[in-house]
Amino acid sequence: MKAFLALIERDLRLALRQGSAIGTALGFYLIAVSIIPLGLGPDLALLSRIAPGILWISFLLSAVLSVDALFQEDRDDGSLDALAIGPLPSELIAVSKSLSHWLTTCVPLIIITPLAGLLLNIELNAVPKLLASLAAGTVGISFIAGAGAALTLGLRRGALLLPLLILPLFAPFLIFGVGAMAEAPGAFVQSILFLSALSLFSIAAMPFAAALALRLSLE
Amino acid sequence: MAELSEPQTMRSWRVSTLANPTAFMRLSGKLLPWLIALTLILFAVGLTMAFLAPPDYQQGETVKIMYVHVPAAWLSMACYSVIALSSAGYLIWRHPLADVSAKAAAPIGAVFTLLALVTGSLWGKPMWGAYWVWDARLTSVLILFFLYLGLIALRQAIDEPGRAGRAAAILALIGAVNIPIIKYSVNWWNTLHQPASVIRADGPTIAPSLLWPLLIMALAFTILFVVLHLKAMRAEVLRRRCDAMIAVHVRGDAAQDRAGGEAVSHV
Repeated sequence: MKAFLALIERDLRLALRQGSAIGTALGFYLIAVSIIPLGLGPDLALLSRIAPGILWISFLLSAVLSVDALFQEDRDDGSLDALAIGPLPSELIAVSKSLSHWLTTCVPLIIITPLAGLLLNIELNAVPKLLASLAAGTVGISFIAGAGAALTLGLRRGALLLPLLILPLFAPFLIFGVGAMAEAPGAFVQSILFLSALSLFSIAAMPFAAALALRLSLE
Repeated sequence: MAELSEPQTMRSWRVSTLANPTAFMRLSGKLLPWLIALTLILFAVGLTMAFLAPPDYQQGETVKIMYVHVPAAWLSMACYSVIALSSAGYLIWRHPLADVSAKAAAPIGAVFTLLALVTGSLWGKPMWGAYWVWDARLTSVLILFFLYLGLIALRQAIDEPGRAGRAAAILALIGAVNIPIIKYSVNWWNTLHQPASVIRADGPTIAPSLLWPLLIMALAFTILFVVLHLKAMRAEVLRRRCDAMIAVHVRGDAAQDRAGGEAVSHV
């Protein structure tokens, strides 16, 4: 447990001191959100209607963009090998890495989401719902992305391959994430419950796949 | 692995006997001509029956697309099940033939899925007025197609066959776990497609004159899949043997060159 917390602390500290990864993801998110009105036209009513969908899609793309470096740097400088012979089982390494990804990428993205929503003329009373749906769903996103990053670790064109592998798996998250904004009574609670279930399931299942892939890539 | 190390004289038949590549090649070689003949007969009968089947009272002649579309859609799922089972077999027992099976099934499954999508959209144009509608089943089949593409792409991105096989197997199992979730979430999202009408608790809701050709076509497609899968597996086994022989050959040549070089330097 101590080694597990130490690993998370190390990753958080690295992310904060380097800062470039967080900055890139945030920048990509804002750019993605702001070029969409350029393509659709400045119709505020339309933008406010489709804002939750755009925010969720841009969020997913930003999270995928930044996940490719999750294990890569540690592999390049050899610390992943050191971790693998350490006391921590590969499953827990995968859990800690996915958790760090959520803390260092998804949480800043969630924090900046109200601002991105303003660009799209989102209704103000929809913002808390949107934030709740992102908070419930994106944990699962990070765990699936962690497994994908472990699978494509060290591959040629791995960064290009990764979105092809994991974006299809994000379909349920996107559906329930945007579903939480629906007008229907009870839709919000139902969607949040589904999103939490998806996240919990990913937390339970994905580290095993990620650990298998990690062991494979370290052979 | 235990069954490989057994002496060849023990001939008690078990399923694991099939896992021996040599036994597999022998048996599949014997079976294939019969299966190919069976496929041809079933397609001849099925296509004739489909052609002669009465047009549907609502859909007219376009209902005949169903005889290709429905079997292809069934197989797109069945093929992923074959891949998932083979992948589990490969990850658990590390048996090369399970990997051969998973590798051979992926492109076939992708083609059946594409066939289901294309025939579906051809049918959708006169029925729904658009080639593509974002209905639940179309969407989940499209996502299935992307999963197939991901499997094939991941395997191609890794040069070493053993690693490629295991990485693809892990991805296949991740996909297998997620497919039901994707399917139900997409259902929740939007449902426009026909509800299931052949397999349901209160019996089929499809007229017998349309049902029989459909069942025969489904059988024909299934045997076709078995034929293609066995063929592709045989090709893959042969390809791996060729690679092994080339590797031995190259090593031999290199050893000879070294010996020759040393001889020259001694002179």
